[in-house]
Amino acid sequence: MIPTPDVSHLTKKDFEHVYEPAEDTFILLDALEQDAESLRLSLPRVCLEIGSGSGCVSSFVGSILGPSSALYVATDINPHACHCTKLTGRQNKTPIEPLNASLATPLMQRLKHAVDILIFNPPYVPTYDDEADGAQQGADIQGAWAGGKDGMQVTDVLLDQVENLLSPIGRFYLVAVKQNDVPAIRRRLLDTHGLQSEIVVQRRAGGEHLFVVRFSR
Amino acid sequence: MVRLITHNLLACHVKGCTSNNFPLQFKDVQVELREAEFNPDFLRGFIPRLEWGALVDAARQLGDTSLPAEPPEMLDDDFLQKLHHVLLEVHIEEGAMICPNCNHVYPISNGIPNMASAYHQPIHNVVN
Ligand SMILES: C[S@@+](CC[C@H](N)C(=O)[O-])C[C@H]1O[C@@H](n2cnc3c(N)ncnc32)[C@H](O)[C@@H]1O
Ligand SMILES: [Zn+2]
Repeated sequence: MIPTPDVSHLTKKDFEHVYEPAEDTFILLDALEQDAESLRLSLPRVCLEIGSGSGCVSSFVGSILGPSSALYVATDINPHACHCTKLTGRQNKTPIEPLNASLATPLMQRLKHAVDILIFNPPYVPTYDDEADGAQQGADIQGAWAGGKDGMQVTDVLLDQVENLLSPIGRFYLVAVKQNDVPAIRRRLLDTHGLQSEIVVQRRAGGEHLFVVRFSR
Repeated sequence: MVRLITHNLLACHVKGCTSNNFPLQFKDVQVELREAEFNPDFLRGFIPRLEWGALVDAARQLGDTSLPAEPPEMLDDDFLQKLHHVLLEVHIEEGAMICPNCNHVYPISNGIPNMASAYHQPIHNVVN
């Protein structure tokens, strides 16, 4: 058992602006733990988490692989989240490099086919598009969940960049809910980008039907 | 904590700025040194992903001249220790990174680079 990362240094005030680990976070940790052995054996060197929020997930990967075995980079559009990610990395002895950025934009050029572990627990809740636009601009707590049409507005942009980022051994872990249309996402990445996929875990929790899908070459 | 390993992966992404946009140049930086666990396997595995010239340049900008202009063929412990220090123990806490092409400024504060400002940058700022 890999312990759930310690986020006790974060306060109620932090969680007014930053997504507090919840069911979707935990199902992602479960999926990563289930894959722990094969992840270790694949000798990943670059781990990129998009939308790291509290930093809980990247810290967990750090516990799986070891703090010095890989580079842990994390982006978030929310500057508070970047700060929390840095602190949570420290608290759990994983050096995480937070970047205040949208998706992987500053890294796309240099990390072409170079990311071994790509992780995204996106804002997946279906909302009006305007609400998702506002949340992206606002870069605060609303950006943690407001996902626009079908909850796919933000995820959609990343999906077209995944193939470009993944290394030959690369894997992409995506959290999704039923309304995101998981079969359509999988078909699209297969047909357009030739990526295979598997549902690692799925469960119903708190009124949501959550999935973690893993994509690879 | 922008370390040089991360700096080596960042390019300017202002719309339309697609050439000569790497590496970002440091300006007015404050650096802190913090020890990190030495892992030669990680370093050997990471070397192929580095832009070597950009790394050597960035280290020189910060006053560290310990790296050779080309990576040596023999990756002995002495070299790997130097590389380890440059890549993983030098933390840029404050200052800015500037695009060599369009001059966009990416501020660093509390060790976190603000790369988000690029999305709001009007295209006419690009100078070529
Ligand atoms: C559902 S939360 C997940 C947080 C954390 N990874 C977890 O699992 O607990 C989604 C996160 O994505 C971030 N986010 C939303 N849009 C983003 C974008 N365009 N680029 C980067 N991060 C984004 C939010 O700020 C938020 O921290
Ligand atoms: Zn530029």
